[in-house]
Amino acid sequence: MTAGSPSGQRTASAARPHRLAVAVFLAALAGAGGGAAVAQTDGEPARLFAADSFTLDNGMQVVVLENRRAPVVVHMVWYRVGAADDPPGKSGLAHFLEHLMFKGTARAGPGEFSREIAARGGSDGAFTAADYTAYFQRVARAHLELAMEFEADRMRNLVLPESLIEPERAVILEERGSRTDTAPAALLAEQIAAAQFLNHPYGTPVIGWRHEIETLTRADALAFYDRHYVPGNAILIVAGDVTAEALRPLAEKHYGIIAPGSRPAARLRPREPPPLGPRRVELVDGRAAQAQLVRSYLAPSHATGDSQHALPLQVLAELLGGGAVGRLHRALVVDEAVAPWAAAYYATALDETRFTLYAAAFPGQAIAPVEAALDATLAAFLTGGPDEEEVAAARERMIARATYALDDPGTLANLYGTALATGHDLDAIESWPSRLAAVTGAQVIAAARAVLRPERSVTGILRPAEGG
Amino acid sequence: MRRLLTAGLTAAALLAAAVGLGIAAPAGAGDIERVATPAGVEVWYSREARIPILSVALAFRGGAALDPAGKEGLAAFAAGLFDEGAGALDSQAFQQAVANRAIEFRVRAGRDHLWVTLNTLSRHRAEAFRLLGLALSAPRFDEPAVERVRRLLLNARATDAMNPRIAAADRWFRTVFPDHPYGRPTDGTAAGIAAVTTDDLRAFAATRLARDNVVIAAAGDVPAAEIAALVDSALGGLPASSAPATVGEAAFANAGRTVVVPLSSPQSAVVFGMPGLKRDDPDFYAAVVMNEVLGGGSSSRLFAEVREKRGLAYDVHAYLYPLAHAGLYMGGAATRNDRVADTIAVVRAEIARLAADGVSEQELAAAKGHLTGAFPLRFDSGRKIARMMLHVRLQGLGLDYFDRRNGLIEAVAREDVARVARRLLRPDLLTLAVAGAPEGIETAP
Repeated sequence: MTAGSPSGQRTASAARPHRLAVAVFLAALAGAGGGAAVAQTDGEPARLFAADSFTLDNGMQVVVLENRRAPVVVHMVWYRVGAADDPPGKSGLAHFLEHLMFKGTARAGPGEFSREIAARGGSDGAFTAADYTAYFQRVARAHLELAMEFEADRMRNLVLPESLIEPERAVILEERGSRTDTAPAALLAEQIAAAQFLNHPYGTPVIGWRHEIETLTRADALAFYDRHYVPGNAILIVAGDVTAEALRPLAEKHYGIIAPGSRPAARLRPREPPPLGPRRVELVDGRAAQAQLVRSYLAPSHATGDSQHALPLQVLAELLGGGAVGRLHRALVVDEAVAPWAAAYYATALDETRFTLYAAAFPGQAIAPVEAALDATLAAFLTGGPDEEEVAAARERMIARATYALDDPGTLANLYGTALATGHDLDAIESWPSRLAAVTGAQVIAAARAVLRPERSVTGILRPAEGG
Repeated sequence: MRRLLTAGLTAAALLAAAVGLGIAAPAGAGDIERVATPAGVEVWYSREARIPILSVALAFRGGAALDPAGKEGLAAFAAGLFDEGAGALDSQAFQQAVANRAIEFRVRAGRDHLWVTLNTLSRHRAEAFRLLGLALSAPRFDEPAVERVRRLLLNARATDAMNPRIAAADRWFRTVFPDHPYGRPTDGTAAGIAAVTTDDLRAFAATRLARDNVVIAAAGDVPAAEIAALVDSALGGLPASSAPATVGEAAFANAGRTVVVPLSSPQSAVVFGMPGLKRDDPDFYAAVVMNEVLGGGSSSRLFAEVREKRGLAYDVHAYLYPLAHAGLYMGGAATRNDRVADTIAVVRAEIARLAADGVSEQELAAAKGHLTGAFPLRFDSGRKIARMMLHVRLQGLGLDYFDRRNGLIEAVAREDVARVARRLLRPDLLTLAVAGAPEGIETAP
């Protein structure tokens, strides 16, 4: 038995954005970076599904993930823009716009798109993360074109009556109240990110700081929309009961007619300076049931920093945090019995990112022994390293687990969207199993020694009471 | 399945001709086969050869409601131990065997059932079923694992106690079923979890998991000819019969009461409910349509009145909860402490209004459109297909249910909704549990 652990930061909205967020899609791969093809036991990695892809004349990328099990499709549009692209002083703007995208166009009234989907038994929603914003509908195959028509319409034709702005801002402030301000672990996560990133916007919460959300305006939202919501900055992903052949004319009809508009903005964010010393954040909050520990390290991504470490860091996260057989669980939960759960997480990202470890103390118990056990586990790993057998098992687990994404069109679409919107291309996704299969223990230990260094770290502690 | 789900287009007769107990259906894209295994287990199977995964869903009849008094949490405790060592494999060896093949194996206790899911890559199917069989037939319950899982369960209960939603739900069931096992939390109580012994766990495994109370369904990429042998490799080692056990019918007590669980939180969770109906009630589909109008989704009356018009709560919803020994009609909301009283007043008023006036033709059509349109979306993954087949089997709905279901929804008329609304929607019986620091709540009955 293993207990749950936290996951990455992403702000999701249900069908109507003022409804409290319901994350319909799971973060597909904790180690992320995508993973699509499947290695067979005997030899050649085989592409057991193939993404079909083409690009429309206006620059919009289209990806088709065929799965004909049920007459259902998941239709998604991903924009290569997220909270890390919020202008300085306007944190939460990407997420604010995501909510406002449900408020209608010249042709569709406020909420009409969602109502039309719901009336046909479908579901819809959207979510915002640091590097992307995505909109989706899950409908019977027969209604795919309806979803495309509405989604294409709102890429360029959003209408925002001033009267809808203030209420939606209030909804987001309530959402922040519900998801963050009343959730001690979320407040701690926010403080840790802010302490980790001295210069890069990954240190700013996706939902925004309260005092800045309060000042967001209609003009802010429209300027962001006009700049970033253009076909060349968008990816259409359709998964399920459809072929590329069938989709192409529909994509051309609905999305292909959109004028290219301005060139997509270059994704250049401020870089982090070299970190010089460990940082520590401690919160005391009586609403916490137990003390918690989060240890975050500034880490390269596949695209930024010492990117040769990115794939080995995925393996490292599996070796340390891989469920009931990961080193942290075995040491902290099983052998020393100081923690109810322990986990590791390495998120894919466009820019330098984080490698994060999590653990908790039992209620009423101090966190110090948990931190000591965590540090001892890391020290032992950094000294001794993993053996090749352990690395091979971790790689095999990761590839096998990625195969499950094939089972669910929504999971698969999410996996592709996340990877493409964070700077991978289709080749990178499809070569992931073979690249992963080549990662060695030496590479993993090199990555661990490069990243798990005190000066790169932020340690966050949440205590239910002083001295806990 | 694909053919089944081109909703309503497939003639039931065609399907009936294609399947029969123990007779493989003609190769098709995922029709359901009923297979009788040599060990006497029946499995429903849906083939999908293009995705190299096999998803299995099982249920054993009899869940937490059978936990002995004073041992509340026994079923949940046992559920947490089935992946903690079996046969010759100790906890670590078992978990390595499962993890290294990315086999997903979970056991969870419900009120009326013990639920098991198994997902595996099809190339690891033999080992996955072998491990499932070991876990169910030869669990070890080694002392270190038992004590570790006991700590984890107690930790989870301590965390739950500070979670308004869970605290309110636990209190609601305790209020409504003070003298019935349904009134106890499925995950147990701290005292009950502390009292469970290794002997209790061994007795649970020996008496509650058997071939006569297991129901199983599978979907995925395995030749149909293999499925019987795989199922028997997992379930053939179980005893033929489970120990006789009965749970009495649960009478709804304390109707109309409001109770508060004090928690220092700026938000309160509200759980409300009334007597409902069971799954085999002739008015079940009318009630499904009624609920769709009242509280089923983001176009429901409760959502419109509570959230959209008044901004009282982020979330408000209602649902039918048909248990084996009680029918319930329940709902919930989460709101600021100073808005709890207004939220409850609106919920109460909407319940009374639907009971008095029924639904409009327009609402009826919209509800049916959503319910029938959403049905195929429950079948777009192997896991969902296995879960749905299991549900259909447990409820005894029949293999033709997949074709019949949307017709049953379509057949509901306004008068049917009005009748079931008059029967179920009784504001005087509305029982509420609020967890938080609600303002202006009268807790007297």
